[in-house]
Amino acid sequence: MASVFENTNWMLAPILVPLAAATVAFLLMGIRGEARRNAQNAVGLAAALGVALSALALWAMVSGGGPVRYELGGWEAPLGINLYADGLSVFMLITTAIVGGAGSVYALGYFSGREGEDARRKEDLQDETGSFWPLWMFLWASMNGMFLAADAFNLYITLEILGLSAAALITLGGTRMAFSAGMRYLMVSLLGSLAYLLGVALLYGSFGALDLATLGEAASPIPPVWAALALISLGMALKTGLFPLHFWMPAAYTSAPSAASAILAGLVGKASFYLLLRVWFDVFGGSAPPAAGQIPGVLGAVAIVWGAVMAMRQTRIKTLLAYSSVSQMGYLFLLFALVSGAAPERSFEAWGGGVYLVLAHACAKAAMFMAAGVVIYSVGHDEIPRLRGIFQKLPISVATFAVGGITMMGLPTSGGFTAKYLLFTASVGTGQWWYSLVVLAGSILAALYLLRFLNPALIQVPTAKVYRDAPQIMSGTAFVLAVFSVFLGLMSAPLFELLSVGAPFPSGTMGGS
Amino acid sequence: MSSVDMYLLSGVAVFAVCAYALVVHAHLIRKVIAINMMGSGVFVLLTAIARRGDETDPVPHAMVLTGIVVAVSATAFALAVVRKLHEATGHAYLPEEGEDAPPDGGGG
Repeated sequence: MASVFENTNWMLAPILVPLAAATVAFLLMGIRGEARRNAQNAVGLAAALGVALSALALWAMVSGGGPVRYELGGWEAPLGINLYADGLSVFMLITTAIVGGAGSVYALGYFSGREGEDARRKEDLQDETGSFWPLWMFLWASMNGMFLAADAFNLYITLEILGLSAAALITLGGTRMAFSAGMRYLMVSLLGSLAYLLGVALLYGSFGALDLATLGEAASPIPPVWAALALISLGMALKTGLFPLHFWMPAAYTSAPSAASAILAGLVGKASFYLLLRVWFDVFGGSAPPAAGQIPGVLGAVAIVWGAVMAMRQTRIKTLLAYSSVSQMGYLFLLFALVSGAAPERSFEAWGGGVYLVLAHACAKAAMFMAAGVVIYSVGHDEIPRLRGIFQKLPISVATFAVGGITMMGLPTSGGFTAKYLLFTASVGTGQWWYSLVVLAGSILAALYLLRFLNPALIQVPTAKVYRDAPQIMSGTAFVLAVFSVFLGLMSAPLFELLSVGAPFPSGTMGGS
Repeated sequence: MSSVDMYLLSGVAVFAVCAYALVVHAHLIRKVIAINMMGSGVFVLLTAIARRGDETDPVPHAMVLTGIVVAVSATAFALAVVRKLHEATGHAYLPEEGEDAPPDGGGG
């Protein structure tokens, strides 16, 4: 590997680049009008490029030389702050680079509304104060910081920045609905982070360490560890929106401007899930009883069915997509039950399948929210009964919905297929066949709720009036991202090789080392 | 029971009582105060943890100081949203809705 990739300073870039961009974009809020928009767009795109490049550099570094640790300012743990990147960290960075990059490009068009143009829906107003870019860049910096944090307390800090900036993004529309959805999310988010912090305090009280690796070596099955595991799991299940703690999701994803919905539904829920994976397997790996994994597993299974049934009953595209997220998030939690199953050699399959679904779902769901944003931008609403025959006017957006649906349903060549296939085989392989039935049922139900929109959208009838044309860059970005998610199944080999670096389970027969 | 134990227990108790208050109270200012005090409960716990050995451990103190900064920012932002909500709706409550009812067009 080229020597430029061996410089561990690359690890700072995914955090510092968006953080610097956030600060600059914030200062630019002082300028008025077109000049501010252009300057903020340039800063945002430059940051997206920087994150993508540094994620690729880290990919090369981690696959070449294994997990990397970076000591900030040369201070060693426990006094200093360390960064740590293994396959999972880099995989998550790549996920944010792809989905966040697409989200940034989409935002160029989404917020391009001229002052004179009136939007039909309040949440579709242009970003008059220019708050989107600084908030989104802070959000991005916090996610990347989380993926690279090596100690439990820094995870807490990134979690809080994530929650605050996400809540602010939800309120961006400035409607009553947006403020109440943002407030609800803020409460949920703060409660989740405080539960996590209490868990961290218990861990520090028991073992006197915050570094995840040190904690993982020290952790033993004692009562404070159970309490910490329960608190952290509860907090993160709340922030990820695991059934029955998903109550904040539909309103939050629906009220946010669609450019923000795509980022929230695609990435933000996944970040707290990443934290749960980290803590569950790296810290509690040896000390959690196998039965503990059944709790998230069963709740995940209920979420798959219940979210899908609720999605079928929705009359707006964005609420349909939000409940679809409830269902798809359920799949992620199946891995906890499957990993702790009877066959340890299946653990990597289950774990890798769940993690791969994070990427596949992030791409597909973000693309579908972007497509919903195009519909709202063009027609002024997203109410399914009033969108009959909309394919004639907005073919690319309806196609995006259909293509993203291939991943939701888990049809072959899509990333969703790879992930759900692995979860399926792991559930059969560990003798927990009932989970395989849920995996299949979720796919069939996904087809049914997707048709709730696609069916009326595709019929040939006189259709709703398009009152303004959405910029091509919006529908184009959504479509490209959806198509990418369908081809993710074909490029899984290098990504699983990456995931096997520093994975908590031996990858065995599956690719990699 | 030593005084450190008492602080450990009261920290956890404050956290639990305020978590309960957060759930049962509908008024948003009460909710914001409850969250703020939940944080204080964790801070008391951490400060007590720092005091358990022969020497005072500085690491929990650093965590509490950082935690206070986070709590202040979160409270400030939450209060700002409450004010906006009050301006928009005339009251400081979250709208009563079935927990699974989305803002409009839920069900059906």
